Amino acid sequence: MALSYHAQPIRAAHQTATQAAPKMSARSVDVFYGEKQALFTVDLDIPEKHVTALIGPSGCGKSTFLRCLNRMNDVVDIARVTGEITMDGGNIYDLDIVELRARVGMVFQKPNPFPKSIYDNVAYGPRIHGLAANRDELDEAVFTSLEKAGLLKEVQDRLGQPGTSLSGGQQQRLCIARAIAVNPEVILMDEPCSALDPIATARIEELIDELRESYTIVIVTHSMQQAARVSQLTAFLHLGELVEVGNTEDIFTNPRDERTQGYITGRFG
Amino acid sequence: MSSVSEALPSRPATAEAVAAGLRRRYAAEWRFRIYGMIAIAVALGMLAVLFATIIGNGWSAFRQTSVRMEIALDASEIDPGGARDPAVLSRADYEGRIKAALRENFPEVTKRRERRELYDLVSTGASYRLRDLVLDDPDVVGRSVEIWVPASDDVDMYAKGQISADVPEDERRISDAQIARIEELRRQGRMETGFNWRFFSSGDSREPELAGIAGALLGSFWTMLIVLVLAFPLGVMAAIYLEEFAPRNRWTDTIEVNINNLAAVPSIIFGLLGLAVFLNFFELPRSAPLVGGMVLALMTLPTVIIAGRAALTAVPPSIREAALGLGASRMQMVADHVLPLAMPGMLTGAIIGMARALGETAPLLMIGMVAFIVDLPRGPTDAATVLPVQIFLWADSPERAFVERTSAATIVLLVFLILMNLGAVLLRRKFERRW
Repeated sequence: MALSYHAQPIRAAHQTATQAAPKMSARSVDVFYGEKQALFTVDLDIPEKHVTALIGPSGCGKSTFLRCLNRMNDVVDIARVTGEITMDGGNIYDLDIVELRARVGMVFQKPNPFPKSIYDNVAYGPRIHGLAANRDELDEAVFTSLEKAGLLKEVQDRLGQPGTSLSGGQQQRLCIARAIAVNPEVILMDEPCSALDPIATARIEELIDELRESYTIVIVTHSMQQAARVSQLTAFLHLGELVEVGNTEDIFTNPRDERTQGYITGRFG
Repeated sequence: MSSVSEALPSRPATAEAVAAGLRRRYAAEWRFRIYGMIAIAVALGMLAVLFATIIGNGWSAFRQTSVRMEIALDASEIDPGGARDPAVLSRADYEGRIKAALRENFPEVTKRRERRELYDLVSTGASYRLRDLVLDDPDVVGRSVEIWVPASDDVDMYAKGQISADVPEDERRISDAQIARIEELRRQGRMETGFNWRFFSSGDSREPELAGIAGALLGSFWTMLIVLVLAFPLGVMAAIYLEEFAPRNRWTDTIEVNINNLAAVPSIIFGLLGLAVFLNFFELPRSAPLVGGMVLALMTLPTVIIAGRAALTAVPPSIREAALGLGASRMQMVADHVLPLAMPGMLTGAIIGMARALGETAPLLMIGMVAFIVDLPRGPTDAATVLPVQIFLWADSPERAFVERTSAATIVLLVFLILMNLGAVLLRRKFERRW
């Protein structure tokens, strides 16, 4: 049914998310925390320069999956990841972890600026990776990133102040600017708006929409409205299983699985 | 079968039950507060008693009685050759000059016993004082000089009112004749009690009026320097490695348990270790701050490591994730973000550990830092003693004048301990306020 919908000639000219070239692919990914299995054979393609939303009830494994993509689970001693995750066709476990994380940036649930100045927050990535040869290049990287994150106007005359002195929404945009400054290919966002008020959330969502032109974005969200607003591809996870994945529009208008139907209509979760 | 509305108490019943119990609840809270306040009052009271006793006993040691004397430095007595040779000058009979000056001042004293009592009025250190004066400036030979020399400890005690003239003569350390001479000296303006600089500038001595804490202070300084240099970097590095880099397995668990156990080992055991390993095996010098510092560093190390690990654990994981998420290596994450945030906590731990080491006596007894040492240590390998050991030594001395000196040295030690703890508090506050 969904296939026939895709096949309609009027949509064929417009490339849909499911047909776009995958930037990252997961094949039969299992994740264990000690004895407990958190993810069961997840297969998912993440289309390049699209926003992919991961939705599902609490504890369904969506954050766990997200953290597989930049091997953030490596930090957790008891976590074990099996299966294959590739980026541009190459296994991410063949890359050095520093290189992988430089190419796959991350924005966390709670804004976590370093307790340093706004400037140093954004400049940290370029500094450690040696992306700027001199002070001018570093300045440019910082200003461009703040501009892209839509924060420059608000902070340009107080770059020396601590990042923690900003409001919650500004802090989260600072964290996005910090991630962008490394010039990654993929940006992972783990419920980036859950600690923000609706106005700050709207700003971040606009920002995500703009960033889609240059970056591949994967976002975990609790809010189905947010997934519907910002993403082109949506994956629904339930109890560690990937239940359904498809174009966002299809998932929300025409879910194939009963569990997806139940979740988006608010019967559970 | 009763219905639900019957089973539940009606609203007025709840209000009554609450009202009935309120008095009891508040009474319990009130009692708890009173217990707490009593506990604090008792603790503060004990502290006040401790401070009052020590300060009350020790305060007088910061004052010392001296006697002004005119001494004729006859060239024929001091330097018969007339060459002003330092070797000859240093061997001259200065004691004789001082005795002569005393006899001159009290011509009525003729009997042997009375003379000895007269000589006992000034400290045996007076002759050294005179010798130093002559060696500094040989031109004074042949002239008459006026100098202030320390009174003997018993005279000092009498002058400060610690020996009372009301006590029968055979029960006090100072005779009626001596008291008469003291009063005479006072009337002539030759005896005064002033600030006791010698207490802070000289080393230990068998004569209480000459004894000072400078040697012990310097010994403590060198020892603490060694402790700081050894324990802080080692402890911080061990804490960082264990907390941030080491894998969690049986080995690191064992190490962790043992570090915690070491913190509870009685300090004298560390002294035995120092004796067996540093002195007997490595044959390092005895009584030296170097070895004392090494032993105390071993004792302090677990404290520094435990405090360091606690400080590292307290750094929020979100900061670590932020750094790792940007592609920082573990080393960069630790050096750039975790360590700066953990540093105040680590410093606090180190200072508190050092404060404990500063007050430690037992392990130093084992490695010979309990010796009677007059010379000031000029480096960590010179023989020395430390403040708490000095207190211990003086507390053991029979002379009455050592009682006040024991308390005075305790005051100095307490001042240093309070300053160190204050430093720890200020450091923590300064760094915490930054963001």
